[in-house]
Order: sequence, then C-alpha cells, then structure tokens
Amino acid sequence: MGVVGPRLQPTLDERSRPGRGGGKIPHAPAGALDRIPAAALRDTPPALPELNEPDVVRHYVNLSQLNFAVDTGFYPLGSCTMKFNPKLNEWAARLPGFAQLHPYAPDEVAQGTLQLLFELEQWLAEISGMRAVTLQPAAGAQGELTGILMIRAYHRARGDVERDEVLVPDSSHGTNPATASMAGFRTITIPSAADGGVDVAAFEAALGPRTAAVMITNPSTLGLFESRIGLLLDEVHAAGALAYMDGANLNAILGRFKPGEAGFDVMHFNVHKTFSTPHGGGGPGAGPVGVGERLLPYLPSPRVLREAEGSYRLERPGERPTSIGRLRSFVGNTGVLVRAYAYLRAHGGSGLREVSDDAVLAANYLKHRVAEAYDIPYDRPCKHEFVASATGLKKSTGVRTLDVAKRLIDKGFHPPTIYFPLIVDEGMLIEPTETESVETLDAFADALVEIAAEAESDSELVTTAPHTAPVRRLDEATAARQPNLRWRPMTGRQMPCPD
Amino acid sequence: MPYGPHTTADRERMLAALGISSVDELFDDIPVELRASGLDLPEPEPELQLSARLQALAGRNRTDLVSFLGAGVYRHWSPPAVDQLLVRGEWYTAYTPYQPEVSQGTLQSIYEYQSLLAELTGLPVVSASHYDGAAATAEAALMACRQTRRDRVLVSRAVHPHYRDTVRTYLGPRLELDELPLVADGERAGTTDLDALERLLADPDHPIAGVVLAQPNFLGLLEDMPRVAELAHAAGALFVAVVEPVSLAVLAPPGAYGADIAAGEGQPLGIPPQYGGPYLGILAATEPLVRQIPGRLVGMTTDLDGRRAFVMTLRAREQDIRRDKAASNICTNQALLALAASIYLAAIGPHGLRDVAALGAARARELEEALAAAGVPRLHPGPYLNEFAVRVPSARAVHRRLIERGILAGLVLADALPDQPGVDDGLLVCATEVTTGDDIDRFAAALADELRAEPGGRKAGHLATGTR
Amino acid sequence: MVPPDLRYTKDHEWVRLDGDEATIGITAYAADQLGDIVFVELPDAGRTVEQFAAFGVVESVKAVSDLFAPVSGEVLEANGSLSAQPELVNEEPFGAGWMIRLRVSDPSQLDDLLDAAAYDALVAAG
Repeated sequence: MGVVGPRLQPTLDERSRPGRGGGKIPHAPAGALDRIPAAALRDTPPALPELNEPDVVRHYVNLSQLNFAVDTGFYPLGSCTMKFNPKLNEWAARLPGFAQLHPYAPDEVAQGTLQLLFELEQWLAEISGMRAVTLQPAAGAQGELTGILMIRAYHRARGDVERDEVLVPDSSHGTNPATASMAGFRTITIPSAADGGVDVAAFEAALGPRTAAVMITNPSTLGLFESRIGLLLDEVHAAGALAYMDGANLNAILGRFKPGEAGFDVMHFNVHKTFSTPHGGGGPGAGPVGVGERLLPYLPSPRVLREAEGSYRLERPGERPTSIGRLRSFVGNTGVLVRAYAYLRAHGGSGLREVSDDAVLAANYLKHRVAEAYDIPYDRPCKHEFVASATGLKKSTGVRTLDVAKRLIDKGFHPPTIYFPLIVDEGMLIEPTETESVETLDAFADALVEIAAEAESDSELVTTAPHTAPVRRLDEATAARQPNLRWRPMTGRQMPCPD
Repeated sequence: MPYGPHTTADRERMLAALGISSVDELFDDIPVELRASGLDLPEPEPELQLSARLQALAGRNRTDLVSFLGAGVYRHWSPPAVDQLLVRGEWYTAYTPYQPEVSQGTLQSIYEYQSLLAELTGLPVVSASHYDGAAATAEAALMACRQTRRDRVLVSRAVHPHYRDTVRTYLGPRLELDELPLVADGERAGTTDLDALERLLADPDHPIAGVVLAQPNFLGLLEDMPRVAELAHAAGALFVAVVEPVSLAVLAPPGAYGADIAAGEGQPLGIPPQYGGPYLGILAATEPLVRQIPGRLVGMTTDLDGRRAFVMTLRAREQDIRRDKAASNICTNQALLALAASIYLAAIGPHGLRDVAALGAARARELEEALAAAGVPRLHPGPYLNEFAVRVPSARAVHRRLIERGILAGLVLADALPDQPGVDDGLLVCATEVTTGDDIDRFAAALADELRAEPGGRKAGHLATGTR
Repeated sequence: MVPPDLRYTKDHEWVRLDGDEATIGITAYAADQLGDIVFVELPDAGRTVEQFAAFGVVESVKAVSDLFAPVSGEVLEANGSLSAQPELVNEEPFGAGWMIRLRVSDPSQLDDLLDAAAYDALVAAG
C-alpha cells in the first residue's frame, strides 16, 4: 500500500533548456534601464531555470505526489493538531477583496478586512478569557516572543528590573526556552513530577524575586491537564511574576477551560492547530496573543480599533507609546486569519466545544487501543493527545520507536511525533484530532498492533522500513557534515534572450 | 460540528470502550473552580450563509482602485499556474518534513527555493523559514551581532519603517540600534548619509556589528551599496542588504557588491498583497555564516539504496534541539510561500523576470513624466527603479480626494515617516508591469484637477497632462 | 574498558596530562550515545577555560551537547581536523578525535576526576 507516488523528480535546473519558456510578459522597451547607473546593475542575468509551462506543471504535480498530507491520509502528528483544512476557507482567502487588498491601503478602503480582524480579536478573547488580543504575530513562536517582551516591559515599567529568569518545564516545546533567550532571559528548567505534571517542590524552589515569567503548556506536551494549575498560578503571582500559557494544545479545552479566567496573564494561539488554517509544509501560520489587564498597555502596534460611529481603523504610528512596538511589517498574516475567522464562524460556540469533546474522546479511545501493544507511561485520561512508548518492545525485540514510525509509512499512515517530549523514553506523541473517523482510528491502532507483532516475528522488516515510500532512510550524517544546500555554485552564466 | 465524522453511535462506541458514560468524565481533571464560563460566540453558520457573509465582507474592501501604491508590497501579475499548483492539498495540508521518506515533495521544493534565491541574491546559503521582510531583517541584524560578538547595529532611515521598528523590537532587550540619517539635499538627497556612516563606524567606543541598508531604499532610490560594503568591512562590521527580489533580475545582487547577508520581502514573487501577509522573509548569507542563519535548511543526500534525496539538515542549530541556546526561536518554515515564489520564478523564467523588472522601470518613467507635466515634480533627483516620491501640496488631502476618484495615489509619506524631515508634501508612488498607460493618464489628469482646486496649489491648468 | 591512563568526568570527557599540558576529548561511550557527530564547536587558542564549565559544543544529527572542561587552563590548540572531519570523534574518540589541548593551571584538579575503573563503573550503571 504505497501512500505517495513512485517517482522522484529531476530538479528545475536539470529540467532547464536554454531558450525554453517565455510568452508571459511582454518585452520591456529598449532603454528602460538607461537612467540606472551601470554600477548598480547586474553584470550577468541570474542563472534561473528556463522551462515551459507544461514542464513546470508536471514538475510540481509530480513533486506534490511525493508528499504525505492530511488530504491524503491520517496524520497523527502529536503537538501539531493535523485536523482537516476546510476548503471553503481556501476559497475565502482567495476572494479578490481579501487577497488583493494592499496593506498600506487607507482604513476607509479596508473596512471589510478591518471588521473581520476586529471580530476575530473579540472571539479569541472570549475563547481564552483574555482582555484583548493582538493578531500581529506571524507564528506561534513569534507570539511567544511578543508575550515575553510584553512581560519584560511590564516589569520594567514597575521598576522591577532584577527579574531575569523564565521558568520552563522540561516537557515544554523548544520554542519556549529559545524565546526566553531571545528576549534576554535565562531559562530555568523545571522537572516533571511522576504524574507528568510540574514538580511543585522544584517549581517553588526555583520561583523567586528573579522570576519574570513562567511558561506553561496546558494541557502539557504529554497531553495531560495540569490539575495543580490553580496553585501554580497563585504562587507565580505571589512571587510577583507573570504566567505565560503556550496555547499549542488549546484544541483540547475549548469551552472547558479559559486560561485568562484561570489566571494566566498572556497566551498565544496557534491558528494552524486549533482553528484549521493549513500547515503549508511548515508555514505560514499566525500566532495571535491574548493578554489580561496587566499587559494591555504593552500590546504590539498597530491594534485594530473600532470608532464610536462603527467604522474601524488601525492605530497610527506612535499613538500608544507603551507598546512594545512591532514584530513584523503591517498588521498580521491576514490571509491566514481570514481562514481562522471562517472556521470560527462555521463552528460557533457550540461547535467549538464539540471540537474539543470529540478530539479528547478520540485520543482516549486511541490510547485505549494502542495500549494493547505499547507502554502508556502516563495512564490516566488524556486530553487531545497521548504519549505511548516502545520501551518494552525495544527490550524484547530491539525495535525502536523510530522503526515503528517508519513502518507506519508502509501501512499508509504518517508517523506520530517521535522522541518528543524529550523526557519520555522511546516516546510517540499521538494526536488523532476530531476530524478522523472511528474507522480510521481503528485502522491506525490495528497497524500499530501489527507492527508490534512484526517486531517479534520479523524485526528486520520493521528496522529496515519504510519499504514502499519513494525513498528509504536517508544519510543524514553526510547531509550535515558536507551540506549541499543548492544545486550548484554561483555561476552567473550568460543567457542571451532567445527571441 | 461541520467537519467532524462522528455519529452518535460512533461516540457511544468509543465511550463504551472506555467504560464511561459521558465525555464530561474525561474533563474531570480540570478543577471545578477553574472550569470555563460558557462560550459567548455567534451561532454556527452553515457554509451557504457563511460563504455569502465572507463575500460581503471582502466586498467592503475597495480593491477596484487604480493603484500606485507599493512601499514594500507590490502588485504583480502572477501566472495562474502558480495558484493552481498551490491549491493541491499535498502541499498545503502537509507539515514540516520531519519524516523525509514521505516529504520529498516539500523537501525538494525548499532545496530548489534555496537554489533559486541563491542565484538571485548571489549568496550561497538561503533559509526558507522567515515570516516577512521585517522579521528577516531583524534576524539578519541578530546574526551580525552573534557573528561579530558586538552589540550595536546601524540601520538606515531609508530602510522600510516597519523593518526598522521590527529590528528595534528584536534587538530591544540586549542590543543597540542607531539610525543612519539621510542626505537632506543635492544629488544624493533621500539616500543614506555615508559620511555619517563613516563617522559612526569610526567611533572606537561603539564597535558596530552590522550596517543595514535597502536597495532600492524605501523612497525608491538607489544607494551606493559597494561603498557601504567597503566601509562596513573596513570597520569589522557585517553588511546587511535589504532587497526586493524582482529588482534583482536587473540590479546587482548583494553577493556581487559584498553584502554578507541579504534580507527582504519575497511577496513580489507571486504572493498576493492580502493586507499584510502571509509573506515570505528572504534571508541569504555567505558560506561562513551557515551556522548563524536561523531556521530550517534542506540539503541533498542519498538514501540507503543510493538514490538522491533531500532532508532537513544542520538541525542541531534549531530550537527543538538546542532549546535556550538556539540562535532563534523560529519554528516555522515558510514552505508554502517559498513554494509560491519558486513556481513563480520557474513559470516566468529568467527573461520574464527581467522583463517584469524592466517594464516596471519603463512604466515608472512614464509616470514620472506624466506627473511632472501635471505639475507634480519628484522630491529627490537621484536614480530609481520603479518607485519614487513626488511633491504634492496638501498631499494627505489630495490623496484622500483621489480615492473618491477611484485612484490610490501611493503612500502619504508624512504618515509612514512621521519623524522624517523633508517629506511633508511627499507621495511615494510606484509602477509595475500591471500599470497601464490609461492608469497613468487618469492619475495625472486627476492630480492636475485637484491641484487646480487646491487653495495655494500650483497653477497646473496650462500644463498638458500628456497624451501618449 | 576505557584507556587506563586517562582521567574522566561524569559528563563523559577524558583528559590526558603530559607535563603541564592536557589533551581533552569525549569518551567512546559519549560519542556512541550522541550518534553520528556532524559538528564540533571549540574555543580559540588563548582562551581560558574553567574546570567543569562548558568550553564547547558537539552536535550530532539530532542532538547537541555541551563539552565540559575536566580541568582549568589556557587553550593551546583546538583540533582543527574536526571542522572538516567531525566523524573522527566517532571513529577515534581517544585518538584523532581529541578536542582541545590546554596549559593546565592546577594539576591537582585531576584528583577531582574519575579513574578508568570508576568511569567504567559509571557507564555500566547506566
């Protein structure tokens, strides 16, 4: 059962033939560049490939068929919420009124998009229990940076300049400690307790007058709700620090838990996870950030404002001097946000709660099935995802989690996230999402159980997998030792115009 | 729920397998006192109504205006092949290629993007991870600081104001930013003051990590980039060039004039303006900076059978492995937009790209002549490619009235650069290959009209608006 | 069994003392645990390093680890071969895969380190 097309492709450069292509753009008049000083001009044209359109189309269609995607099959990549991407949303983002609107267009010609953004901010605030939301950050990681920079600004505005530490649990996403460093803080790693939650004693020992912020993912990257969150948040605030919630796992708790109500001061949303905007092979995303009262003055500029008469406008440069400033150009990844808006409208409040209910039910059901053949290190009700482990399998057969993952490819599934969180031995983080049917969940569980049996009977079949993918396992060591990052050295070869 | 598969029977089957009677039991670990109040959101909307609503919202935006607005985001014609290939679900519903065996499409497309951008920029190492031109420029500034172990960056005031603000935010906590002033008048008016640059670079108490200039600059003017590279390097600083990719079909590439890093906005390569994004941050660097460049990199390798294949490489630089010691927190790889840029370049080809750049220059020159004839002269005398500033009395008011006439007359410079002297009456206007002679005539005629009406405006009545 | 004439840290570095010069590397066990090593970041000559403080970084395909100095001293030389051939650390961890040479500031610091038997016991205990 192959899940991707069989054919590897030549590169664009290998397909190129001098003189091919053209016919799309009229030639510029002679002398178009006469007034540009020669020193500012290019000596030789860039050596870009020359292709005709049929070749371009075949190249990219064939390449696309080498990919596994949500639209081709089950993609239970834990922590990434690979849910279905509704097609209506793709259509909406391409409506000329949205797609062709210039970001410097004056407010009066951008009322449709400004209204959409304003409403989306209100809804995200409602979902998170936060006071206000900025849509500017271009991705979750940039949302984290936004949040931590606001926390820094908050402490500094109070003259509280000694706080230079951020506490991060050891199960966190790597972006959390990397963000803390980028914002000039030192990361203090907090170990997990045996139940998968934060180790409260270690947490209390680390918390103090130098703590600026605590970054917590809830549910955690183990798929577990942090039941002691109330206590932790009280202690954070008693210590004068603020609490950041990594919203990566929001898909589990829509309508069940609002971080702002519970006492978090700031959180980011990953709209590509919770609100179905496409993952795009890694991007683009958008990382809106919600804040409570304390951080309101520091939100990035520009904000979207509603005037008393009902029209919308962007904040002007310098209008709110307490702002931390800009994280990027213009107002945000509006094209992504249009899709998130459509998703929220389609679901409404009741639909969102159902999303989480079904996501959590599916994860628990799948965990129950996977437990037939794998270890479940934290065996209590999970939220939208759970960790399984191949530790036992490795002991008895030598087959590791990596091998199981690769063998899943042969069986028509995308592997789960593996070896994350780092604290689980031979871990697999499995997230089914709410858009996969019970038949799919069963088929996936059956495949995992089969692989465990294969590991016992014919371990080589598993350790040499995949067998049906376009390529087998790759030589990653050579790729890193002698990086080949482009198809040839710079040549600047001469290419006379063919016509 | 609109996209969910579960029937009542499915849910009951799953609950029964778990030995529970309600999904509520799975949420018992949320403490009672912390459970959410209700969700006060609109009712679910079926797709039929929702599509009409979205169409109505989109219709409230005015994208029918004849536009001369650029300022970092440019209208270009994109071959329909680009979007038709992008809507394949195999591209946009996949994720970061963690499993290379089933991600060769995305991996090869990123490798090809890296190669294409290396050709355009003349710099060998390209990362496809970056959000937009502003964030890429900020990452470039941080790279310069890490590489030189210095903590001060000089950014020209002729770099896009949003990029300057973003660099300031990113450098904020630990590093310093100084702005380079612009030449006030004379032949080089509106370009970066290189005497000031020389002075700042010579200050022994403040060693400079990096110098950031844009080509063309925010005002559309061409800078003396080779000279800046010399000055920066003589002082041990890196040189960051902020570039516009279509222009690189005709303008000297950063690698040729000695830039160490190129940053820029990839939007002109087949990506619609869509009110601010998603865009594509271009980030390219010299070979010695390969370990400083943040974000995903894709390399060529072989599989167990010796077949050529592609894989994410130099992974241990990144946040998911290096955590607090990573060069950046970037996790995104802007693959779908890098793909758009690659398809655009492949479809339009090297000669097509050159024609796009040169046609824009030709149209801009026609625009300059028509506006001059209407009584609206340029604000600066220096050479430009396809964007320039003009002087219009009461620019803001005229700009607003032209919208009523269906014309988006570029950017009011005083709004975008509130603290920049000398641009009070400025409009920044651009032309590209989609600008027509009719557009230019309409704009010039409307401006001439407005100036006649404007109290204190030029007597433009005797000036022909140009017939071409 | 690891070479008996070396001293070891709990973090899997080894040190060989020769007069007041020390050569430092990582053990075969450490190299094996990291997997294929693809990059080693080492300090320039002239820098001083402190005992048990990080002096460099070693990267494999999917892991990264700090290198800790077994003893304090001034860096005399970093192993230049590793930039082109980081695989030497996997192939000859106690030989051509060495990392830095130091002029040792306090030879008595070696007493704080494990001998071969103690290190073997540490590895055996997992």
